Amino acid sequence: MGIEEKINNFLVEEFEVDPARISPSADLKEILELDSLDYIDLVVVIENNFGIKVDPVDFVDLVTFQDFYDYITSRLNSKEPV
Amino acid sequence: MNRVVITGMGIYSCIGKNQDEVRESLLHGRSGIVLDPTRKQFGYRSGLVGLVDRPNLKGMLDRRSRITLPEQGEYAYLATVEALRQSEIDAGYLERNEAGILYGNDSTAKPVIESIDIVREKKDTILVGSGAVFQTMNSTVTMNLATIFKLKGVNFTISAACASGSHAIGLGYHFIKTGLQELVICGGAQEINHYSMATFDALSAFSVKESDPARASRPFDRDRDGLVPSGGAATIILESYDSAIKRGANILGEVIGYGFSSNGGHISNPTVDGPARSLRMALKDAALQPSDIEYINAHATSTPAGDSNEAKAIHEVFGGSLPWISSTKSMTGHECWMAGASEIVYSVLMMQNGFIAPNINFENPDEDSAKLNIVKTSLKEDISVFLSNSFGFGGTNSSLIVRKI
Repeated sequence: MGIEEKINNFLVEEFEVDPARISPSADLKEILELDSLDYIDLVVVIENNFGIKVDPVDFVDLVTFQDFYDYITSRLNSKEPV
Repeated sequence: MNRVVITGMGIYSCIGKNQDEVRESLLHGRSGIVLDPTRKQFGYRSGLVGLVDRPNLKGMLDRRSRITLPEQGEYAYLATVEALRQSEIDAGYLERNEAGILYGNDSTAKPVIESIDIVREKKDTILVGSGAVFQTMNSTVTMNLATIFKLKGVNFTISAACASGSHAIGLGYHFIKTGLQELVICGGAQEINHYSMATFDALSAFSVKESDPARASRPFDRDRDGLVPSGGAATIILESYDSAIKRGANILGEVIGYGFSSNGGHISNPTVDGPARSLRMALKDAALQPSDIEYINAHATSTPAGDSNEAKAIHEVFGGSLPWISSTKSMTGHECWMAGASEIVYSVLMMQNGFIAPNINFENPDEDSAKLNIVKTSLKEDISVFLSNSFGFGGTNSSLIVRKI
């Protein structure tokens, strides 16, 4: 399973969105209806699925799903032990 | 002073998940008690428990509402949906009026333990997720239901051990009687997961009659050996009589008396004087004589000392008037924080349907229960006034009186 598919799967599961609404250019926060509390849960699902700890502040600059895939990929490439 | 009436009820318990199921269980004396081997494996002295299915609320509540709701909050949500529906209260009414919520709850063990386990393991608090804090606070039921139903009136939790649900109704009664509120959602909720009752099991207070679960809870019986823990939630819609009439609501009963007291003694050993004072205060508030009470839904949990002391208190106050008495905990087990509310639901169902539910497993009286008029099998009897007792650790006592109108 590619990283995009893995991310889409856990986002669909956690935030209960229609998979058909997810595309690389779609607006991440709008589609997932994210508020500040949801950022906390995004941190949790990333840790559970990839074993990396991220800072919710990082999400502020992410706009599209592609931004999110790129962010996760870059964090995995510089993965530090958790 | 306003008159205070009941216009809706909801129940989610081990003897039924709605009023219809519960009415049938009460009428036929059906027990909801089972033996759960996983409780024994976990370390419980007794594996007996009231079996309550955890509901799946996906499709009924959105994700944000569900992740802040602990087990007992789920039960309370379903009980409240049923109660509001019966009361014909919709979202529009709640938007236009300042409806309140006063609900009994005295623990939320599972989310607390699971969250702290995550922090211990991962050394990072953020990994408990965003819902944990709202599940772990003792006011979790009222904070969640007030948010889900968009309530605008009084909003807090009553923690008074096994009298929590009863005191919640007593306080709701006073809020409406004194004109502070027109309508209050009252009730009690009780979690039943393994973490919630382990410390209670430690006191050897639970029945170990595991060979025959349905016969383990035997309030007032000579051979009782302890209570059986149980849970769920019960909701009562309390409303001013004038408001109910104005809305054309169906009135199920009128709350006419609330008595309370504190034993002023030991943290867990019961007394006769404390409950007796609560009973007298409720009678005085209702302006009734002991002989006016036709049925008492006893607190009796099936513990040796508790049942004896309640029997003595009832005999002291009611003497020769001999009202019918049963403890529905013989079927439900002890629903703890929820019990004071659920037992109002059970008793109103009896009052509406012309029967008195039995105190099942009452085979042989002891010296104290022999003086009471305990209902052994389901009795066809029209009752128009009943009293319900609830007592808790720390010596808190509550007695409510409800009549048919």
